[in-house]
Amino acid sequence: MAAASKRPFRWHIGVFLAPAVLVYTAIMILPLAGTLQLSLFRNIDQSQVFVGLANFRTLFGDPNWSVGFWNALRNNVWFFIIHMLVQNPIGVMLAALLSSPRLRFAAFYRTAIFVPTILSFVIVGFAWKLILSPLWGVAPNLMDLVGLKSLFTPWLGKEQYALTTLSLISVWQFVGIPMMLIYAALLSIPEEVIEAAECDGITGMSQFWKIKLPLILPSIGIISILTFVGNFNAFDLIYTAQGALAGPNYSTDILGTFLYRAFFGFQLQIGDPNMGSAIATMMFLIILGGVCVYLFLIQTRLRRYQF
Amino acid sequence: MSTATRSLPRTIGAHAILLTYTVIALFPVIIVIMNSFKSRAGIFGAPLTPPTPKTFDLIGYTTVIGQGDFIHYFQNSLVVTVASLFFVLLFGAMAAFALSEYRFRGNTMMGLYLALGIMIPIRLGTVAILQLMVASGLVNTLTALILVYTAQGLPLAVFILSEFMKQVSDDLKNAGRIDGLSEYTIFFRLVLPLVRPSMATVAVFTMIPIWNDLWFPLILAPSEETKTVTLGAQLFLGQFVTNWNAILAALSLAIMPVLILYVIFSRQLIRGITSGAVK
Amino acid sequence: MTTKLLTALLLGTSILGFAGVANAADVTLNIESWRGDDLAIWKDKLIPAFEAKNPGIKVVFAPSAPTEYDAALGAKLAAGSAGDLITCRPFDKSLELYKKGNLADLSALPGMENFSPVAKSAWQTDDGKATFCVPMASVIHGFIYNKDAFDKLGIKVPETRDEFFAALDKIKADGTYIPMAMGTKDLWEAATMGYQNIGPNYWKGEDGRTALIKGEQKLTDKDWVAPYEELAKWKPYLGDGFEAQTYPDSQNLFTLGRAAIYPAGSWEIALFNTQAQFKMGAFPPPVEKAGDTCYISDHTDIGMGLNAASKNADAAKTFLSWVASPDFAAIYANALPGFFSLNNTPVKMEDPLAQEFVSWRGKCKSTIRSTYQILGRGTPNLENETWVESANVINGTDTPEAAAKKLQDGLDSWYKPAK
Repeated sequence: MAAASKRPFRWHIGVFLAPAVLVYTAIMILPLAGTLQLSLFRNIDQSQVFVGLANFRTLFGDPNWSVGFWNALRNNVWFFIIHMLVQNPIGVMLAALLSSPRLRFAAFYRTAIFVPTILSFVIVGFAWKLILSPLWGVAPNLMDLVGLKSLFTPWLGKEQYALTTLSLISVWQFVGIPMMLIYAALLSIPEEVIEAAECDGITGMSQFWKIKLPLILPSIGIISILTFVGNFNAFDLIYTAQGALAGPNYSTDILGTFLYRAFFGFQLQIGDPNMGSAIATMMFLIILGGVCVYLFLIQTRLRRYQF
Repeated sequence: MSTATRSLPRTIGAHAILLTYTVIALFPVIIVIMNSFKSRAGIFGAPLTPPTPKTFDLIGYTTVIGQGDFIHYFQNSLVVTVASLFFVLLFGAMAAFALSEYRFRGNTMMGLYLALGIMIPIRLGTVAILQLMVASGLVNTLTALILVYTAQGLPLAVFILSEFMKQVSDDLKNAGRIDGLSEYTIFFRLVLPLVRPSMATVAVFTMIPIWNDLWFPLILAPSEETKTVTLGAQLFLGQFVTNWNAILAALSLAIMPVLILYVIFSRQLIRGITSGAVK
Repeated sequence: MTTKLLTALLLGTSILGFAGVANAADVTLNIESWRGDDLAIWKDKLIPAFEAKNPGIKVVFAPSAPTEYDAALGAKLAAGSAGDLITCRPFDKSLELYKKGNLADLSALPGMENFSPVAKSAWQTDDGKATFCVPMASVIHGFIYNKDAFDKLGIKVPETRDEFFAALDKIKADGTYIPMAMGTKDLWEAATMGYQNIGPNYWKGEDGRTALIKGEQKLTDKDWVAPYEELAKWKPYLGDGFEAQTYPDSQNLFTLGRAAIYPAGSWEIALFNTQAQFKMGAFPPPVEKAGDTCYISDHTDIGMGLNAASKNADAAKTFLSWVASPDFAAIYANALPGFFSLNNTPVKMEDPLAQEFVSWRGKCKSTIRSTYQILGRGTPNLENETWVESANVINGTDTPEAAAKKLQDGLDSWYKPAK
């Protein structure tokens, strides 16, 4: 860090910040602020009337809203847990394997494993629906090959399996991101550190656990918080695979789909921007809470190494 | 690094795991592309076999091509993605540098302010954004999309890049200052090349949601001239929802350009990542 | 305030933008629609027919996917970038747009006299004083069956419920065909092709529907629970994994000749004609005893209105008057067999299957879907909840009684019938 010394006004700081701050404020913050403040209003006879926190009281007090909200939140937490337990460990493992020196075909693996990440939700949702479709039979046929046909059920249509199935599809799609980030972090560990470790006889698995893992912890921190934010803002996959009603029986409803229905409406349901904004505000607070925990409790405790 | 430390079983194990995962990653894509070249009976009769002379059929592609100008959609997507990416990286890196390099009043606040955007889906600002674009005559232009995507990509870019910029050695920058380099030169000549790997990462992060976005093209630029590939593909799916030949062909057409582009650029990407590591 | 400032800021950037250059002499009308399927018909048949008669007006049909249509249209209307002509969903959804001032009053539009009050009722204010969309078409529910399969198994077309289930049993016992092609994954199939298809025979069409609106009947009454009891009995006749079977899956299952009966809406006819390799027939929802009055759902489904903010209102009205004309009706109904014209002038249809459907109007009493008028305007939304509960009943995760109770409780929470 440059020492905070007495210097004339440092114009360059302004120049560095200005373009980002301007575009970001104009196109993102002001429209969003405009939307969030709607949560304090209600449409009465076609005019917006200030109602204070009444929309939030409705959201939490009226079972027509609160049941849906808690259901969506619960599902969202499960969605996040699966990502943390499946996506990130797999991502780290793949990156660790890929970064081992002299691995053949590393470039091929790397490219191939990242492919799902570059596909759009439209394609992913559709392709998996086709594959899991009981009619088309790719999944049942495949399971038949390994003698597990009896285990096949129409996962996307069953309340108890649908959300987990979708979470795993999402993991399938996004595992490339933690893999790439960790991979970059592992590659930037200097040779000298590794060599020193090998001189001390630390190799293989214990080298990974004792030397590399502590060094990539900041990257794992970033991945966790990105996963958190991404999962609580998720919407598209559920929407393309299950529709806005997040069936069966709302079992795959997450905050994003719940918000979408409330804000924009769906089929005969008419959008209610005020209630939608109240939900959006809650989502914002949840995510803000998570990010603050990360910034103030975790990030400050992580040791960072300058190479 | 001695070869002695790498035993054969471990190498085989690594390949087994990576290969398994590669199959999992590619399987759905291959299924879709493979079946897009088959007749309707072939698709339903034997979905897992590659097209044979008996089942080979291009009917899906002939249905799809001629229904929409996919090459033009593709150009639109490319223009929007590349332009947004450029602005996100440039503006994002500049802001991240300011935040990580200098201590000034409001630094933390500014960091938090710029991170706010990660936490609310920008979709919620749709109506206000659309009003803005209508008022400034930008509806149905690619400029509107570029502006929105630049704003949307900035928070994450700043967030990740400032994390990485903190790892750039102070000695280097101070040495530059002693040599009388301006702050701009230090940023563009010394720091930027060093954070190239993280720039590549951010580029990928930023590019994917932009390329795949359905919502803003639908709202801001739905006209035939400005349609993007994803929007085009979605309309196709709606139109041919029961015609699996056409569906699979449309999906393949949407997958293949991205795939080719990715395979070309992934080498650049990896080179970016590794060149940063081996300095 | 901030918008103005930002506008000024953005105007600078707009120089970079390349706005579409319109031909100054011509007026171009944009149609907003969810009917992507009809793109070719509009492009090749309807629009050329109109443009030939009205030089100087160009029409562009710009559909978006059905799932995004309402949300995207709402945003565009709010911001003022929506097209001149708006395809209208029936009843409360469009009424809400009219109330917000997004749709113009079309009561005085030349051509409106071509429609009966019933046809117009889907796009009128509750007091019937203002009409805001030109009615385009209605759709009829029933069952489409594989004639070859019925002939092979020696099944005659069922008229009563007992015959219907006997037929299903026979198909199931034979094993060649899946008795019925329907899935619950997309939810609306269960509600629309299931509940709203067979329901009118139980609740006696308009009698039950209006009684429900008046509050004289409840969804927990026998007549309203009974269709759910029948739906629950459908489960064993559906294909393997029907819980994950999507609407297109069902369509393919039937048109590939793997299923014998398809609970249908008449809009399927055009597609089925091109895809099925066998002969098809249709029958209305079976009644309890032979000779009972039959009721069918003949639902006013699609109309077209004028964006109140349109800058080309005059040209748009010219177009809407044409949509209200018998000329349009003739082209539309024949290009899209299964979308039945609402025009008073009868349209001669060529398609035998479409003729079969429309012939039921003569022998059965028509009604519309029960959840659309008045009952479809609150939260929780009765139509959307009916989707969810109909799927639950068929999946077996809710009993008919529990489903009916949930629906009635949801309705009670916001709907107070006028006494």
